[in-house]
Amino acid sequence: MSADTPLARIRGGAGEAIRHDSAAGHVTGRALYLDDMPVAPGTLEAALVLSPHPHARIKRIDFSKALAAEGVVCAITAKDIPGKNDIAAIRTDEPLLPEAIVEYEGQPFAAIASATLDQARAAAKLVIVEWEELPPVLTIEDAIAREQYVSPPQTMSRGDVDAALKNSPLRLSGEFRCGGQDHFYLEGQIALAIPGDSGDFHVFSSTQHPTEIQHAVAHLLDLPFNAVTVEVRRMGGAFGGKESQATLIAGIAAVLADKARRPVKLRLPRDDDMRATGKRHPFLIRYDIGFDETGAIHALDLTLAANGGNVADHTPAVMTRALCHADNCYWLPALRFKGLPCKTNTVSNTAFRGYGGPQGMFAIETILDQVARHLGKPLDDVRAQNYYGAARNNVTPYGMTIEDNIIGKLTAEFERSVDLKSWRAQVDAFNAKNAIVKKGLASMPVKFGISFNRPALNQAGALVHVYTDGSVTLNHGGTEMGQGLFVKVAQVVADAFQIDIDHIRMSATTTGKVPNTSPTAASSGSDLNGMAARNAAEQIRERMAEVAADHFGVPKNEIAFAANRIFAGNRSVSFPELAAMSWEKRVSLSATGFYRTPKIHWDFATSQGRPFYYFAYGIAASEVAIDTLTGETRVLRAELLQDCGQSLNPAIDLGQIEGAFVQGLGWLTSEELWWDEKGRLRTQGPSTYKIPGSRDVPPIFNARILADSPNREETVFRSKAVGEPPLMLAISVWLAIRDAIASVSGHARAPQIDAPATPERVLLAVDAIRNS
Amino acid sequence: MAPIRFLLNGEMRSEDRVSPTTTVLDYLRGTARLTGAKEGCAEGDCGACTIAIGETRNGAAHYRAVNSCLMMLPQLDGCDIVTVEGLAKEDGSLHPVQQALAEADATQCGFCTPGFAMAMFAFAQGGEAGSDENIHDALAGNLCRCTGYRPIGEACRKIAGHPDSALAEKSVPALPPCTEYKHDEQICFLPRSLDQFLQLRASHPAALIVGGGTDLGLKLSKERERFPAVILTNGVRELKTIATDGGALELGGAVTYSEALPSLDMYFPAFAALARRIGSRQIRNLGTFAGNLATASPIGDTLPCLIALGAQIALRTTTAARTMPVEDFILGYRKTALKPDEVIATIRIPFLPNSDRFAIYKLSKRFDQDISTVIAAFRVTLDHGVARDFRAVYGGMAAIPKRAATLEKALTGKTWDTQTLDGIDALLAQDFKPMSDQRGSAAYRLRAAANLVRRFQIETTDERALARVEAL
Repeated sequence: MSADTPLARIRGGAGEAIRHDSAAGHVTGRALYLDDMPVAPGTLEAALVLSPHPHARIKRIDFSKALAAEGVVCAITAKDIPGKNDIAAIRTDEPLLPEAIVEYEGQPFAAIASATLDQARAAAKLVIVEWEELPPVLTIEDAIAREQYVSPPQTMSRGDVDAALKNSPLRLSGEFRCGGQDHFYLEGQIALAIPGDSGDFHVFSSTQHPTEIQHAVAHLLDLPFNAVTVEVRRMGGAFGGKESQATLIAGIAAVLADKARRPVKLRLPRDDDMRATGKRHPFLIRYDIGFDETGAIHALDLTLAANGGNVADHTPAVMTRALCHADNCYWLPALRFKGLPCKTNTVSNTAFRGYGGPQGMFAIETILDQVARHLGKPLDDVRAQNYYGAARNNVTPYGMTIEDNIIGKLTAEFERSVDLKSWRAQVDAFNAKNAIVKKGLASMPVKFGISFNRPALNQAGALVHVYTDGSVTLNHGGTEMGQGLFVKVAQVVADAFQIDIDHIRMSATTTGKVPNTSPTAASSGSDLNGMAARNAAEQIRERMAEVAADHFGVPKNEIAFAANRIFAGNRSVSFPELAAMSWEKRVSLSATGFYRTPKIHWDFATSQGRPFYYFAYGIAASEVAIDTLTGETRVLRAELLQDCGQSLNPAIDLGQIEGAFVQGLGWLTSEELWWDEKGRLRTQGPSTYKIPGSRDVPPIFNARILADSPNREETVFRSKAVGEPPLMLAISVWLAIRDAIASVSGHARAPQIDAPATPERVLLAVDAIRNS
Repeated sequence: MAPIRFLLNGEMRSEDRVSPTTTVLDYLRGTARLTGAKEGCAEGDCGACTIAIGETRNGAAHYRAVNSCLMMLPQLDGCDIVTVEGLAKEDGSLHPVQQALAEADATQCGFCTPGFAMAMFAFAQGGEAGSDENIHDALAGNLCRCTGYRPIGEACRKIAGHPDSALAEKSVPALPPCTEYKHDEQICFLPRSLDQFLQLRASHPAALIVGGGTDLGLKLSKERERFPAVILTNGVRELKTIATDGGALELGGAVTYSEALPSLDMYFPAFAALARRIGSRQIRNLGTFAGNLATASPIGDTLPCLIALGAQIALRTTTAARTMPVEDFILGYRKTALKPDEVIATIRIPFLPNSDRFAIYKLSKRFDQDISTVIAAFRVTLDHGVARDFRAVYGGMAAIPKRAATLEKALTGKTWDTQTLDGIDALLAQDFKPMSDQRGSAAYRLRAAANLVRRFQIETTDERALARVEAL
């Protein structure tokens, strides 16, 4: 091949929109999830015994009937845990099973293993407990009044906020809230624990964090980490719900397996899953904002109070991220952000796509909407008064200088393709003509910080093997939950070797291959694991290049990998030939790769630092219609523009954008978690908890990836993370609903409404605005 | 005892070794080791367990999507079952439905995908056009948490109207029917005629009667109960009839929602629109009107409609027959007038006179596949702007579907305008003391119940008025 002949591109290199690696497996049903895997004969099935009370002391447990039931092999309580009874992700406050006091309705306090699943579930109903009911704390307000927190309150501040508020020409204060959200991954929580032959355990777990499962099982069973191997090939969705929460399931399976000395599978039925495992944090938001007639903010005193549930779990970190996103895209000269991680007798809330970011942005955007309505100005005009500057007014409340601000570029590009002015005119014209059905329109800019707030988590490992036939096995610390991480990382490796992606096999994530991993979370999967995998592939490529250089008798720098071959000028060998040649020359074809994110640092004591390597940006606008007689709502149109840097895979990224938006739409509209007065969750299955269905997606729905916008930081192929940021674009739906409600008063008054905007809340707000 | 027989992905199965209350999903995943269908909720809401059931109609195979999690194994007797494993060709090449999903990037985690593939397969086999309305109707029974549905809808549009001709032309071989399936202490009867059904009902008064099993099936799938004795009604020929005479539409006691839809579309379009919001296609392909009546749930969606329409229910025993208004049939919370030896033979819905205006409004958190917070059926005879015979029946407002007696009385004979409706909130508060629960507060229920009368007034006086968001 001569130098001027264009080389055929490899299939599946970086940037190519290829489909999910398991797509064929998905559509044929051949892709195996944990519950689909054949189990060894003798494997037991397990069921949890859940607390009927939100707060109660266990005075006595009687297992006699349960143990006598057909098929039952064993039961466990806290007493059966041989090691340390703690599975807390961040602090050390979370028992796997409570010793004496249950702290939320639905909390597992015992578990049963039986020959069959039906037997286990039947036996769980036969456990008799004598309870002493204790007074529960069920609301955020109640917890604040008692100063009852799962972790210390956090503050972030700048300037003299009290003086700035006092000196502000205008001031508004108020209170509102947003609800939690169940992850509703279609595959419920599940784990299979298999005792080995030498005191070791192999645990299959539907988890985003195999290492945390490994550590927890080791602690619970008093084993060294190397005695526990945790494996996951794929999850049927996770969204943050299988990060710390999976530990509960795997931990119980492991303790049962340890006691029974047999493999135990624990798969939660949907109701148990929804009752026993944590969700997105509901927030109560209180604010006092000072501003002027132009809409420029002078000061903001903001309290974000999260319902953390009974233990800390991820709450402190979720709160930090909430505080780090309550600025969204706006420069706040003086501020005090206070975060209250409330402890209540409800299920402990946890990571969920966005991880506090959505709640923080929900807060500031709703407040700005109040300000705009107070001033009678369009929200976008008020925003324009407050956007972070490029050279000045560019420091976040946590002391990070924003170096990659592309809000201006993004909004300009958005307005080129979406005519917001005529759209607004259409909405206004509709409202002028219709008395019952009212429309609303709003846009929403997003700036979302990428990196774990805790610097240590921003590292990753990978393992790459090249076999002598040229086939490649790829393994890394990231887990596949549907987000397309495996195919993206494989694209990186294909690109590094310049071979078609079909030659690369992605293998199940296991702590036995890549140790000490971080969770696949914080949108960081491809950033971290892609870089680690590239590092591993490049090491092997360099070694192979030396072999090729030897073979062709040229300097190494004249060797080129391209189009499935290795070239030295006009001469070339195939990738498999070079792999075989390398083996003959006794050159290692295996490497581990490693990556750590540069530049980041964080001071937990002062809530200051540079927690994020970069920001991912996005903008959206949504149009809704509300029925002012019933509160029924429909989203009619949504236009999205998301910054993905130089996208690693536009097909996968588009799926993330659309999926995240619809998930966010559900959070703010139909997905309502409802507890009764006794603290019992009554929305515990899809019959009562309503995630969006196909009809709830706006009939006009255009999501696009911002073109020509490589990451200014040196991320993998200059791409940006995409898992979480677009979820917050759905706040445009929330603001549009507020706009529709406000239209009832001719936009003279600001609506008072909490999220989710269920028909009931919308009607209440409409009636309130009419009667005010 | 005869085994039950069915085709599973083209292979003949004869089964007599498993409990009759084994769910079809458990059978597929366990006994048959076909793990494509998934359990996402075990309550017929997520659709991950969707399979297609084929039966021969007019000489050709007709496939419908169902929730395998809610079905008892004997319900498969004589059917041609297609699961996701049966879609791809023998050479491994993808079925057009699978191809469309893969090409549209419509899979992310993939857990819901086999269910979507089967819902789409049944949709394509039905030959329907790929309109947005049809697509949402076909997909409302399947939840996806990853994709945001846009690519799934696109794939669905692509395969719409393209049935797999090989399957469409084949007829399901007639398999010897099973009439009685016994296993250990459990028994399941599959009567084929009304006489057989009535005799079984008389001789086994404690046996549960299962129509589609979309309500009772929850006890199997979620509570893991094992019913000792069951009588399945779906094989009873006489109860599958849909007939009209001069004055009414008559639905047999085993007619499913889906089977009745064409007739409802013709005679009761408002009822048809409501019926399309009952469960999902998967549910409507199994669930029956008689079942909705017999379970007498306070939130059974058909009940307020049937009461408002003045429907009559015909009950039979081996020796006697009686009819009564649906309103009288419902005695209390999940309590009916059905005697232990009686069965529901037919439901007779009188046609509306031209002078009558009729509407049904359902309020729920999600438009599709949700249980009503409030459902209201209104009927009024308008006579020169005056309301005669105003009838308002509500579900979700009391322990039973109930007429708003005070409201009806107050509005009957009044001018049918907005002023007349000024005080109706207070009237409804006399008629109903609704509860607050996860679907809505008492205050919302009352307020919305009154506003629905206002919507009815608007829609019956101004045909061009826009009073519903779904009309946009």
